[in-house]
Amino acid sequence: MPHEARGLQARQDASRTGEPGGGLAVAFWATLKRDLVLLLRRRSEVLNPLVFFALVITLFPIGISPDPELLATIAPGLLWVAALLAALLSLDSLFRGDYDDGSLEQLLLTPQPLPLLVLAKVAVHWLLTGLPLALMAPVLGILLSLPVGSYGVLALSLALGSASLSLVGAIGAALTVGLSRGGVLLSLLVLPLYIPVLIFGAGAVQAAILGDGASAHLAILGALLALALMLAPWAIAAALRISING
Amino acid sequence: MTLRLQARGLACERDDRWLFEDLDLDIRAGEIVRVEGPNGSGKTTLLKILSGQLADYQGELFWNDRPMRRVRQAFLESLLYLGHAPGVKAALTPLENLAWYQALAGRRGSEDARLAALEAVGLAGFEDVPAAQLSAGQQRRVALARLELTPRPLWVLDEPFTAIDRDGVAALEARLVAHARAGGCVLVTTHHELGASTLLRRIRLGGRHAA
Repeated sequence: MPHEARGLQARQDASRTGEPGGGLAVAFWATLKRDLVLLLRRRSEVLNPLVFFALVITLFPIGISPDPELLATIAPGLLWVAALLAALLSLDSLFRGDYDDGSLEQLLLTPQPLPLLVLAKVAVHWLLTGLPLALMAPVLGILLSLPVGSYGVLALSLALGSASLSLVGAIGAALTVGLSRGGVLLSLLVLPLYIPVLIFGAGAVQAAILGDGASAHLAILGALLALALMLAPWAIAAALRISING
Repeated sequence: MTLRLQARGLACERDDRWLFEDLDLDIRAGEIVRVEGPNGSGKTTLLKILSGQLADYQGELFWNDRPMRRVRQAFLESLLYLGHAPGVKAALTPLENLAWYQALAGRRGSEDARLAALEAVGLAGFEDVPAAQLSAGQQRRVALARLELTPRPLWVLDEPFTAIDRDGVAALEARLVAHARAGGCVLVTTHHELGASTLLRRIRLGGRHAA
């Protein structure tokens, strides 16, 4: 049936040329929108890390001492560690749902470049985990009597740092998505890679408190983010292929 | 249009057992190829290998007479794969699910086309119901609506008849034949007996290599 076969080919060509050059952008935005809608419909998953963060921080003054001076000295580290663990908590579900219902399989079979599509998924994770954590941190900083004037740096360092955390964590999540209980392994894989971000993130807040100027620390956080943005999407894509193709 | 999927000397081992060995395939436009065999005989594995998802095999694959590794992009642009899991997000409505799949194919598509595709698979009236509230058969139908929406010549369908009712099975069978007639190519596993058609070819797995 060569004549009809040509018909099918023509239909395919027509549909392909219908969206000139915009195929990748369409796929990227659609994935971003889909994941946002999905997470906003399961609000508990978005709220869990935030509640965890708030609970941990409220417990510290009770457990250690209500002395404002002592709390102020350890506040930068506490806030950063708690935020980091909260972000880690939410990582396991990043690809899990898609893996369970078969959408991940389909994602890997698209003609679009996989690194960019996973970047969309990671961006959603940061928008609904890292960014809210960063916005919430100054409020919890008041609780730990963090000195006024370091709130801006705290939020900014967390916003920058948590983006790197999401990107690096997604590599671990992709590697462990095929395992039924990958949570612990994920933490072990990812935590060592989180340490540089933690050092410079908490360092930035510390520097702001001491009045040293936090720009050097923030610049390094930015550099780490740039590096993660460049390399992580490819690593995530490769990790997903390893997990799925067994 | 040339459309030819070839495999030479395909062999796959799982847990010290050869699922198949020395398998030669030549699938061309206008054919419906049914992969048969008992449970655990490697049907899904074969489909995954042929759709380029598994790299853990021996032998060579060719798409349109060129090695698969080199023409993977062109191959993926011709392939529509429906796996064991329907790939339908429970929290999204059928319309939203289809919109994402269309976007993955690089097209924005139109709402009208999606509505028409859902109607074609018998889901009119369920467009805006979250897929979690649909039955297993209806969720499968959402996935099958992609056959209407995304024109791709090669269909690789793993158990597409699962949970589909009798009328739906007849309609899907007719759809497969129509696709093959139009110059497409269908590779399918099913335990359901497909009606005799001159286009139908069978590949039997299992039994021979029991070790």
